[in-house]
Amino acid sequence: MNNPVSRRSIIGRITVAVAGVLAAPAAKAAKAVAQKLLVSADAPKDYDPTKHKWLMAIDANRCIGCGLCAEACKKENHVPEGPYFRTWVERYIITKPKPGSGAARGETLVDCPNGGIDGYPEAPVLKEEIQHSFFVPKLCNLCKHSPCVQVCPVGATFDAPDGAVLIDPKYCIGCGFCIQACPYGCRFLNPVTKTAEKCTLCYHRITRGLKPACVEVCPTQARIFGDLKHPAPDDPLQQFYQNNLVVALKPHLGTEPRLFYAGIDKEVR
Amino acid sequence: MTNEMINIVVEVMPHFEGYVYPNEATPQPLWGVLIVLYPYVTGLVAGAFIMASLVRVFNVKALEPVYRLSLLTAFAFLLCAPLPLLFHLGHPERCFEVMMTPHLTSPMAIFGFVYAWYLMAVLLLELWFDYRRDFVAWSESTSGFQGMLYRLFTVGVTDISEPAVKLDHKTAHLLSIVGIPSAFLLHGYVGFIFGSVKANPWWGNVLMPIIFIMSAMVSGIALCVFNYMVLSWIRRKTVDMKCLDVMGMYLFYALVVDAAIEALDWIHRIYSAEEGFQVMQYMAREKLFYTLNLGQVTLGTLAPLILLGLLQLVRRRVPELQRRRMYFTSAMLILIGVLAMRWNVVIGGQLFSKSLRGLMGYKMEFAGLEGWFMGAVLLALPFITLTIMIKLFLSEKLPTSGVPDPDAEQAI
Repeated sequence: MNNPVSRRSIIGRITVAVAGVLAAPAAKAAKAVAQKLLVSADAPKDYDPTKHKWLMAIDANRCIGCGLCAEACKKENHVPEGPYFRTWVERYIITKPKPGSGAARGETLVDCPNGGIDGYPEAPVLKEEIQHSFFVPKLCNLCKHSPCVQVCPVGATFDAPDGAVLIDPKYCIGCGFCIQACPYGCRFLNPVTKTAEKCTLCYHRITRGLKPACVEVCPTQARIFGDLKHPAPDDPLQQFYQNNLVVALKPHLGTEPRLFYAGIDKEVR
Repeated sequence: MTNEMINIVVEVMPHFEGYVYPNEATPQPLWGVLIVLYPYVTGLVAGAFIMASLVRVFNVKALEPVYRLSLLTAFAFLLCAPLPLLFHLGHPERCFEVMMTPHLTSPMAIFGFVYAWYLMAVLLLELWFDYRRDFVAWSESTSGFQGMLYRLFTVGVTDISEPAVKLDHKTAHLLSIVGIPSAFLLHGYVGFIFGSVKANPWWGNVLMPIIFIMSAMVSGIALCVFNYMVLSWIRRKTVDMKCLDVMGMYLFYALVVDAAIEALDWIHRIYSAEEGFQVMQYMAREKLFYTLNLGQVTLGTLAPLILLGLLQLVRRRVPELQRRRMYFTSAMLILIGVLAMRWNVVIGGQLFSKSLRGLMGYKMEFAGLEGWFMGAVLLALPFITLTIMIKLFLSEKLPTSGVPDPDAEQAI
């Protein structure tokens, strides 16, 4: 065979071309994974996400509704002014039933002006008419089966191995699907960056051994934070589970939140 | 009730009733009129294609006069379908990531592929095989820029011998068969985007893809009726009544199935009265009163059902002019009704808080990306595209080979 273009060489070339075409998306996907873990995660270079399992828990019995957590979060994470919150504190007022109404309880009134940062107005009902009143801090529910992660068309939002649910702002296309899919209203579209945003558990802080800003400023330790893989002696998280019966929000949706609450009413959702 | 009307006409400050999550208290819903248009236009594509398939696959000879028009309608609308979606993105420049690194568990990730498949593998190819012989003929008979275009469209394949043309027809037939499930996939998938959101009781519904497919077929056929009648009117040609009657018949049956499924959806919602039902009741009574009860149900479904149903029963006794008017009115009403349905789904799903404790308002502005003007432009765009295509590919001045059967009558 003197012909330089033999059948074998053509088959060889086609194989290489096909392999190249097939390898390109794989390489791109690998690059994306590396990007997620290393570049956008705000973590220091020596941080190993597989060695931690971060978690927060809320003891609503302790919350006094000061709103410092929501304010600290906005400042720490440069969250824009307006209806954009990574965390907020809701006030619940459950009134006594009207006499003779035959009801066990009255109505439930909920409010959260400016996320609770500026405090709350006078209760809309008389003090004598209130049966229960309490505050509920809200943040990402850290779902095991996060609907927000499931629906992201490009995989910009993902479950980090250490328990945080993060968003790569360099990758997010700003379609808003995750915001629609979150049952807890924990996500928003940042009007400046035009990408989706949410609580990261202050990833830039926790990966450096600090607590999230909201936990740091909470004066009553209503927010409890810890590492399930490295429990500290007298770990507050372990104590919290030891001492409380806990509930998750909207359990019927099957999202299996990892964020648990103690001391909240069935009206909280 | 009146608030909704006010909101449509003048600017009012956003208002909220009850408690909404702080992140939901934005002046505009996250998905506005652009996302209303996206399923609307996509649905018209799917419906118009099914209409064309009736001729090609199911051999409904009476519909031949609208065969090419339906295909071109589907094509023109498909070209414009992704625009509203693209414009609404926070980062449109990253849109190709949806195809480069798709996240396979996302209902939205597959859009790029379904769209590309439908555009490239189905519609474009089918049109090409369908038109190839005409392109060759036209490129010889037409000069200037237009002739150059036709020569370009032949892609250098100028063989119009009998076996070649036969092969064209065979291939187009095959593509049409593939196209039917693809059209269902295209629009069923759009329904799934909404139906899969379990966080939202207005959307999260297993029937959603089927409702979307059926309403797509209804709106697509109605669009073909509309286009055919308008084009005939512009060209001062008489409408082929046989064709129109058959279109009306298919429109009626599709509408019956569509109305039945949507009614089933509501019966199920009312009977099971799950969490969030009270909010939905309130929405139907107050927030969406006009667009749902009046637009979608009364004008968009019941009125055309009665009109088209009557025509099925006493067609022969109705004079032609009257019939034409009834068909045209029904088509217009259906087109408005399906647009109202998309509005009710998309906007309605964002008018209540996911805390199920409060409601958001919606004001639509005139200017801006999510405003009236942009909406009107994006809705007009496919019609403009279609006009250009009709000038190029459905011109009266050019002789056509007839479709899809070479011996068939001349199409308009």
